[in-house]
Amino acid sequence: MNKIELTGTYKSFGTVQAVKDVSMTLEPGKIYGLLGRNGAGKSTLLNMITGRVFPDAGTITVDGEGVIENDRALGKIYLMGESKYYPDGMRLKEAYHWAAKFYPDFDLENAYYLAKQFGLNTRKKFKELSTGMSTMFRLSVALSTGAPYIFLDEPVLGLDAVHRDMFYRLLVEQFERHPACYVISTHLIEEVTGLLEEVYIIRGGELLLHESTEGLLARGYTATGPVSVIDDFIVGRTCIGSDSLGGLKSAYLLEPVETAQIPEGVEVSKLNLQQLFVQLTKEQGGIV
Amino acid sequence: MQLNFNDDRPIFLQIAEGIEDGILVGAFPEEGQIPSTTEISMTYKINPATALKGVSRLAEEGILYKRRGLGMFVAKGAVSKVKEKRKAAFLDQYVAGLIQEAKRLGLTLGETMELIERSYHHEQD
Repeated sequence: MNKIELTGTYKSFGTVQAVKDVSMTLEPGKIYGLLGRNGAGKSTLLNMITGRVFPDAGTITVDGEGVIENDRALGKIYLMGESKYYPDGMRLKEAYHWAAKFYPDFDLENAYYLAKQFGLNTRKKFKELSTGMSTMFRLSVALSTGAPYIFLDEPVLGLDAVHRDMFYRLLVEQFERHPACYVISTHLIEEVTGLLEEVYIIRGGELLLHESTEGLLARGYTATGPVSVIDDFIVGRTCIGSDSLGGLKSAYLLEPVETAQIPEGVEVSKLNLQQLFVQLTKEQGGIV
Repeated sequence: MQLNFNDDRPIFLQIAEGIEDGILVGAFPEEGQIPSTTEISMTYKINPATALKGVSRLAEEGILYKRRGLGMFVAKGAVSKVKEKRKAAFLDQYVAGLIQEAKRLGLTLGETMELIERSYHHEQD
């Protein structure tokens, strides 16, 4: 069975519990969102999956094999992070050729194609790159490695709106070309919503929620109306937060609401993924 | 076509409705080919599985059909099929909301009808 499987993983650094009892399943042919606030444990999770950090407890397997000190399993995973692997004086094109030697399935032609799409000059040296250009270069490598599991940590860091738009389109194109498992970790949730088939939301090192994006969006609602009416309305419902404006109250609900159940004077509207994320992960945020 | 992630309807339905709109205005004529799911998903930056779900929905309803190795085409009679389907949904999608707002404003049925008539004739001019 082709998948990455985490079972009951834990990791702490000193007294800080970075990851607590997280289990996940990631399959090729799907695009996942790994969402969490800063410090929620995303990086630790990614570092454990890619074998850079060993879990204190629990198991991580790739296609049935453990990842710890297992080059064959780790060779199937590519993590695009912010680390700088390349010497300042190296030119981008040289780095592509190194990558081609390192990754047996590296698609050099595709890397050059992506560089061209992004308008990257591959004769440039790494020290000459802006943050955005560095991101674009690392994306062009990540999407060309041919790895069956590709993790993109902050894939749009430093990209302007036009380049982000371009990246989202290219990601779809690359996914169709190479239907690997793509895991995207980003703070720009609204922009990637449509791309994500499933989302994992982590908070305080714990897995808060795992669901199909469509399923999650189908049950996120805001109900707005007079305070007393809303207070009655939310009794017995899964309310994950609220806002008040004078006598007007908005409650955020995580359950499907039937039109027939909505009382007079209550306006109901959909929550998007970013709004749901904010309500679920803010301080004193909602419990699922 | 504009996708709205705050909309009540899931994205795959919005894709299906967008294609229906294209059929109604003649952008996708009967027996003509519609864009591939790759083109649709790249244009709207959505997961190809979502685009496929929208297209498959229309195929199940007989509005689109598949030509092997070529892609999806608009079926003969699709325009009238889409119109019938839209008429059936007209009450829920438009009239119900209109009545709700009319009641909130304290408009009587007569006053509401008069507004509808005026607007209807205005649109025709």
